[in-house]
Amino acid sequence: MAELDTSGGGGKGGKVRSKKASTRVDLTAMVDLAFLLITFFMLTTSLNKPQAMDMTMPDKEENQEDNLKVADDRTMTVLLGGKNKIEWYMGTVDNPTTPTVIDYGKNGIRAAFLDKIKAVKAATGKDLFVIIKPSDKSSYKNLVDIFDEVNIVDVKQRALADITADEVELLKRDGIY
Amino acid sequence: MPRVKVPRKSTAIDMTAMCDVAFLLLTFFILTATARQAEPLPVDTPSSTTKAKQPQTNIATITIGEGKVFFSVTENDVRRSMLEKMSERYGYPFTEEEKKRFSLIESFGVPAGNLKQVINMNNEDRLKPGLQRGIPIDSVNNQASELHYWILNARYAAKELNNASLRFSIKGDAKEEYPTIKKIIAILQKQEVNKFSFITALEGTD
Repeated sequence: MAELDTSGGGGKGGKVRSKKASTRVDLTAMVDLAFLLITFFMLTTSLNKPQAMDMTMPDKEENQEDNLKVADDRTMTVLLGGKNKIEWYMGTVDNPTTPTVIDYGKNGIRAAFLDKIKAVKAATGKDLFVIIKPSDKSSYKNLVDIFDEVNIVDVKQRALADITADEVELLKRDGIY
Repeated sequence: MPRVKVPRKSTAIDMTAMCDVAFLLLTFFILTATARQAEPLPVDTPSSTTKAKQPQTNIATITIGEGKVFFSVTENDVRRSMLEKMSERYGYPFTEEEKKRFSLIESFGVPAGNLKQVINMNNEDRLKPGLQRGIPIDSVNNQASELHYWILNARYAAKELNNASLRFSIKGDAKEEYPTIKKIIAILQKQEVNKFSFITALEGTD
């Protein structure tokens, strides 16, 4: 095993003595096993804890009059369509400015967010307001992804809202519904 | 000239101390590890860059997958009290034994009418995939859905027993379609639970 015979080649002739057995046990295998198990438990305990993404929704107001009005020019509406695609536009749905179909991820929606945050800040001096409207064709993963992106670009004012028929039409027109 | 003899050293290292440390750490990790509960509805949660950990106590989790909805509460006494309240509301009586068994079941997903049957199964049968059909989430005849009452009664129970407001988590399958999620959020909002969290797996920022 891990121990070399270091006794030297002596013992020529002479009396035959009973060999003294070493009291040392080879612990290498045992240590190997112990570290393997440590690694296993370390990885499983830290990976097992799920993360919680906090969501805060506004109170559901029955009378619409109290609802806060937000300026059109700093509102970005993000429609989650099918096929893992997003369509976003500025302003209102009757007169959408630059509706664009885009992908999720760093080069897709995140770039659009960063771009618009800067543009809105420059134009109005205020922060961007993001409204997220998932369509019936989008999945739960899409919803989590878009909130994750919003968290990454740090948009403080955002809301989750129901999609309207006009917006579904817009998605259909662009073939992602 | 006499040749200098270099004494040969043993290559064996004393492993005792290392072994001690290794087993000490091993014991620590085994003791701190929380055993994962078997879930009747396994879901593949989407990943996000959120770093906040899910708290371990006083949490009600709504699991959504394959169009089915399961409900679980972390505290045993809350589960028991919640069952008593539900049994009053829907008029299904439960025996003391059944209540005790229910308080040990972490997650369930059957209509209230089938609950008795599921409680009396053994653990292995209960966790068979496809056996539990999910809690009804649609309102019937102007009556709010069963899930609505489970949530409401769980909140009452937590308030009465622990004087704490229950926190809600939604644990959905990545592929679950949005309309189901929308219904769950609507049920929560209906009773003014406006704060909840989505359970996600960890992912790095790219």
